[in-house]
Amino acid sequence: MRSIQFREALKEALNEEMRRDPDVFLMGEEVAEYNGAYKVSQGMLEEFGPKRIIDTPIAELGFAGIGVGAAMNGLRPVIEFMTFNFSLVAIDQVINAAAKMYQMSGGQFNIPMVFRGPTGSAGQLGAQHSQAFENWYANCPGLKVVVPSNPYDAKGLLKTAIRDNDPVIFMESEQMYGDKGEVPEEEYLIPIGVADIKRAGTDVTIVSFGKIMKVALATAEALANEGISCEVIDLRTVRPIDYDTVINSVKKTNRLVVVEEAWPLASISSEIAYMVQKVAFDHLDAPIRRVNTQDTPLGYAPTFVQEFLPNVERVSKAVKDVLYR
Amino acid sequence: MATNKFTKETYLNWYEQMLLMRRFEEKAAQLYGQQKIKGFCHLYIGQEAVVAGTMSALKKEDRLITAYRDHAHALACGISAKEVMAELYGKVTGCSKGKGGSMHMFSKEHNFFGGHGIVGGQIPLGAGIAFADQYRGGDQVTVCYFGDGAARQGALHETFNMAMLWKLPVIFVIENNGYAMGTSVERTTNVMEMYKIGESYEMPSFAVDGMQPETVHEAMAEAAKRARANEGPTLLEIRTYRYRGHSMSDPAKYRTKEEVEEYKKKDPLEMVKATLLSKKMASEADLETLEEKIMATINEAVEFSENSPFPDPSALYEDIYAEPNYPFIKE
Repeated sequence: MRSIQFREALKEALNEEMRRDPDVFLMGEEVAEYNGAYKVSQGMLEEFGPKRIIDTPIAELGFAGIGVGAAMNGLRPVIEFMTFNFSLVAIDQVINAAAKMYQMSGGQFNIPMVFRGPTGSAGQLGAQHSQAFENWYANCPGLKVVVPSNPYDAKGLLKTAIRDNDPVIFMESEQMYGDKGEVPEEEYLIPIGVADIKRAGTDVTIVSFGKIMKVALATAEALANEGISCEVIDLRTVRPIDYDTVINSVKKTNRLVVVEEAWPLASISSEIAYMVQKVAFDHLDAPIRRVNTQDTPLGYAPTFVQEFLPNVERVSKAVKDVLYR
Repeated sequence: MATNKFTKETYLNWYEQMLLMRRFEEKAAQLYGQQKIKGFCHLYIGQEAVVAGTMSALKKEDRLITAYRDHAHALACGISAKEVMAELYGKVTGCSKGKGGSMHMFSKEHNFFGGHGIVGGQIPLGAGIAFADQYRGGDQVTVCYFGDGAARQGALHETFNMAMLWKLPVIFVIENNGYAMGTSVERTTNVMEMYKIGESYEMPSFAVDGMQPETVHEAMAEAAKRARANEGPTLLEIRTYRYRGHSMSDPAKYRTKEEVEEYKKKDPLEMVKATLLSKKMASEADLETLEEKIMATINEAVEFSENSPFPDPSALYEDIYAEPNYPFIKE
């Protein structure tokens, strides 16, 4: 099978869906003439023209709201945030408008749109460009939140997200756009809300999603050399969460570590831990552990980046702790 | 005012529309006092000419979107008094199935894109609705209303800029009733002539007397013509006045009794009535008959609402996702 970059997988999804449905358009900062800040939309202006690939001024609140209004009136907007850090100035339109419209109108105005862009840290970018808001958006009913971890999932999930009749938050990473992975030529879709077992194992379950799946998988590989068999589950979607896949795995391994690039308080890891202790308490042979980012803003220096993020060493320690090794 | 520009039918229609809005809101206030209507409730009394003058200048397929003071807009779009009243009651027969309440009336059928509760949040939405019509090559115009308070939100400036850049077929309307809740316009800005906000984006911008449907109609018709000719948006600062407080819980102590009385002398409903009578377009008896008709409509709406059921609690989980069977977390 051919191998393509994460950004190319996203572009293929966008191109295919735009060819399929004339109501789909892409709007955001630098998406058209600049070919996208991270080159996801490279060449799209040439194919679809300025009517459908639309550069905006730097006005996230305004163009997010224009997207929601266009969705109310029957279009299927894809709104790109250059990073989800910037989505905070638009969050009123995401939470108060997009997520509420269908319900407030008694089921008259659904919002078939996608807000997409990179999330999380990406090296030494300082505190304002190094935040992960997956759990913030996942907290809000009315939204769906997708966080793919490889090119194959990214393409199949973005195509589904664009066809979805509800607002979908689709979160990528600057540190994944260059990743290569196998993506078939033929069309496929991946359903929202279904986790994927990325590595089967028997001793412990590791649950993660998005870019930090790299750490989860690297840890499983490293621990295999020590005779520890990790089952690694990629949630892929954090609203809704596929609890069943997690719980079935825990019933098999009896041990759980959750790895997440996000501040610990009220995070996806807290939610997973709650649900597993509620449903599978008798199956647990050790307290659930999580490895999150540190409970601080991320400072600029390289030492801070190293200290802040989940890494193989921290996740290995957590796995060994739940195995009492 | 060149009253001969408008036909007898137009005047009668304005009067009937405005009378419906006025009597509906008076009844809503009464029912609020009886606790039949709960939550926040913002009345339109005094501002009726703004909506009446808009509707006569628009086509049926044009779109409206407004803020939370939305009962009159909903009625004028053609949603029945029954459905608007039932929504105030929180009944399942309301125009938003009891899920919206006073601030969130909607009707896709009548091109009413809703009442919105975050001040100024509907400004980009209105531009987006117009964007979709322009995208599809449609002929529709969107009228986006907001108050003098909302005009201070950043969303307005971002939206005005893009709406002008892309020449969107949208008419922005500041319903300037002089007060953002309890704060008068002069206490919030250095620029008292609010229509000038549009001028920094070179948007055609005008101040309009909002106490008469004639002036509103004329300004709106011009703006709609510009929008349909692909000439882009217009800003209308329509100067009006609300007689009641900001909401039902507001005694409006921030303004004088004299000020309110001064505006009541220019009452839009009374002025249209006077024109109808002086121009011999209608007799006192005709207007009496109309009054009875409107009161019957209102009473019927109340009866309908009283007799309608509340939504079943299970409906809490419906209409949140278009996708059926969304797996909500249960404890």
